[in-house]
Amino acid sequence: MFGWEFPPHVSGGLGTACFGITKALVSLGHKISFVIPKWPGEFLPSHVELISTPAIPVTVQDIDAMDIFAGLRVRLINSTLRPYLNKEEYERWQRRNSDLPSYEECWMETEGSQVLGTSGPYGPDLIAEVMRYARAAGVIAGNQSFDVIHAHDWMTVFAGLYAKEASGKPLVLHIHSLEFDRSGENVNQDIYYLERCGMMLCDHVIAVSNYTKNLIIKHYGIDPDKISVVHNAVSRDEAPRVYHWGKDPDNKIVLFLGRITFQKGPDYFVEAAAKVLKEFPEVTFVMAGAGDMMPRMIERVAELHIGKNFHFTGFLQETEVERIFSMSDMYVMPSVSEPFGISSLEAMVYDVPVIMSRQSGAAEILDHVLKVDFWDVDEIANKIIAILKHPSLVAEIVERSREQLRSVHWKKAAGKIVDVYRLVLH
Amino acid sequence: MPSICLLFHVNKPRWLKHYTFFDIDHDHIYEDAERNLKNLHISSEKCYLPANSIMIDLIKRYKGDFRVAFSITGVLLDQFEKHRVDVLESFKRLADTGCVEFVNETYYHSLAYLYSVREFREQVMLHKKKIKSLFGQTPKTLRHTELIYNSALANYAEKMGYHVIVAEGADKVLGWRSPNYVYRPSGCKNLKLLLRNYRLSDDIAFHFSDPKWSEHPFLADKYANWIHSMNDTGDVINLFMNYETFGEHHPDKTGILDFLRLLPHEILTHPDFRFQTPVEIAGDYTPVDELDVEDYISWADAERDLDARLGNALQKDAIDALYGMESKVRHRKDAISLHTWRMLQASDHFFYMRTRGLAEGDMHKQFNPYGSPYDAYINYMNIIDDFSGYLGKKRSAIHYEKAD
Repeated sequence: MFGWEFPPHVSGGLGTACFGITKALVSLGHKISFVIPKWPGEFLPSHVELISTPAIPVTVQDIDAMDIFAGLRVRLINSTLRPYLNKEEYERWQRRNSDLPSYEECWMETEGSQVLGTSGPYGPDLIAEVMRYARAAGVIAGNQSFDVIHAHDWMTVFAGLYAKEASGKPLVLHIHSLEFDRSGENVNQDIYYLERCGMMLCDHVIAVSNYTKNLIIKHYGIDPDKISVVHNAVSRDEAPRVYHWGKDPDNKIVLFLGRITFQKGPDYFVEAAAKVLKEFPEVTFVMAGAGDMMPRMIERVAELHIGKNFHFTGFLQETEVERIFSMSDMYVMPSVSEPFGISSLEAMVYDVPVIMSRQSGAAEILDHVLKVDFWDVDEIANKIIAILKHPSLVAEIVERSREQLRSVHWKKAAGKIVDVYRLVLH
Repeated sequence: MPSICLLFHVNKPRWLKHYTFFDIDHDHIYEDAERNLKNLHISSEKCYLPANSIMIDLIKRYKGDFRVAFSITGVLLDQFEKHRVDVLESFKRLADTGCVEFVNETYYHSLAYLYSVREFREQVMLHKKKIKSLFGQTPKTLRHTELIYNSALANYAEKMGYHVIVAEGADKVLGWRSPNYVYRPSGCKNLKLLLRNYRLSDDIAFHFSDPKWSEHPFLADKYANWIHSMNDTGDVINLFMNYETFGEHHPDKTGILDFLRLLPHEILTHPDFRFQTPVEIAGDYTPVDELDVEDYISWADAERDLDARLGNALQKDAIDALYGMESKVRHRKDAISLHTWRMLQASDHFFYMRTRGLAEGDMHKQFNPYGSPYDAYINYMNIIDDFSGYLGKKRSAIHYEKAD
């Protein structure tokens, strides 16, 4: 399995999903080697065999032999590309993790071979890193025995294809997020190309929702029969309830949590907050996370004169996320385009009622959340107010959500993934 | 000589419009008049007109051997008078045949009996008057909204002078007994109880057009055979269902209207069988047993209880808020307030708030204005909030227009 993230280092839903999926697959009796672009020193004991690409020796011959994309022109540009982060976030991330080896430091020479440096944090040229990771993948695939290659998202597309080439085994490409979700209509053509190329050449595509499946059909021209939908899940032990912060009935907290980027719709949250605060001046709004739209959001909050009741927390660590969930009276996810949105399930684990956009994959499987169109600020405010006003609404949502969560577990998702494996093996 | 009792419930739930918190105190019109008119036209064209025309033909052809009963809500009769006089006329023509009984129920498709007996009584009396004025009959049969029933209600109905009351033939109250007999509600002297044969009723109302049903395609002769096979095992087979079954719930292309056209012929091929209306049955049959029903039953869901409408926190909160306003509403002594309050009593509003079994009931989904029960609750509570504020204001301060 090729993935870009694995706990404890997680920047979005991908790492969390990979963790849940692999754990469930292992419990069903499958063996997984999980390949990530990180140094072995960072690993914690795990249920999968974690293979670190920076430690894989790659010979020059390996690299030449793997060049199956000779006919394809990939433009390697010098901008800092990101899988989920934007430039500023990425640089900040790099600064914070300055103790990790730099891109240059990752190059090592051993006798007769080069160890390709696919550094832990994203390097200055992500596509170049993606390619290095891919070549290492080809080497790994040549040395290991396995039945299926399972790759997650665009960063691992080349890796999956190299591994397929080297081993002749079928490739399943699992799409957790598309360039169309992240950037709206201003797509990065390189990433779009990689995504499309991967989905055309792989044996089967897994999409995390029907929403994503439809985007793939519409924008990437992939045959619907080649795409299976496997919804994500959440498990309660992934989010242990360490914090039992009693909610303060006199200080209601409305939470936004996620990257503060175009995709997550933070601007709609701010506008809705202003409407609610006009009627309920005592409510507190919290925007947790970081992202390129944060400065604009801070400005807008000031313009609307709601700063007294509106807080920005910046990026939150795992334990802080747990704490903020358990303190909140509701979670609002007004995503403009959300392939799935695992955080909605996480909020439910903490008995927090969820208001989410219909443009979210998770909305397909959740009956006990309040659904809105992301652009409908009045309706978002209306529903926030309803949760503030009606305890019976909260009680009903929480009770039914607990029931529904019982049927949303990774084993179910893993079972569907195994069905896909069977399909490509025959 | 078993009797077939056909009782069709005719109702068109009136949808509330999308009403947000920000509309409170600004907008006192709650219904989606445009949508409701559209729904009325759809049902009229697909069901009421074609099905009524079939009924009239059948009654003429069988010269009184085909008989049928209708239970039409008062609000729908109002709608017919305002917007579809043609439909009302066709029901009047049915009334003129003398082969059609009109059954009494709450005017506003209300659950009032559970919260205010006074309100319940006023609504059935209002409905009775309406039936009398439109169809020239004084109803003797009572059908409570959603076939909700218990023995206390039956005793109340007897006091009000009814001859018959209808209810669900729920297994949990019948036990080993059959719904195909006339029963006596416990504590009643004269009132007779007719119980819906839900299996045979649902074969038409729900399963008919389901291609996955083992009996599909379902034809009138097969159905009549089943009914004929019940000769000697009962006095009466009560088939109660929504009238919209014919042409709307099952569209014409499923063959449902042909089924209706052929059914009387197929049933009457057996000389022992005949059609009768509830009042006629009550006159002809003596009860075989007394039935004691303490807890409410209804025709909803597998549980046949009140949970589909009053089972969860949302529904209870909403209906408590609604009936909590009764004295305020009555105190105002204005017809518009009373009418608005009664419109808000429609059972359907609470049905849309159910949170269990959301995955099932595709047929229900099709006739639900809301995407989720929570949307239904939020919308309703915003309206209740506005209406409550309105009731507290001086009449002159309100610019209120009676919605449609």
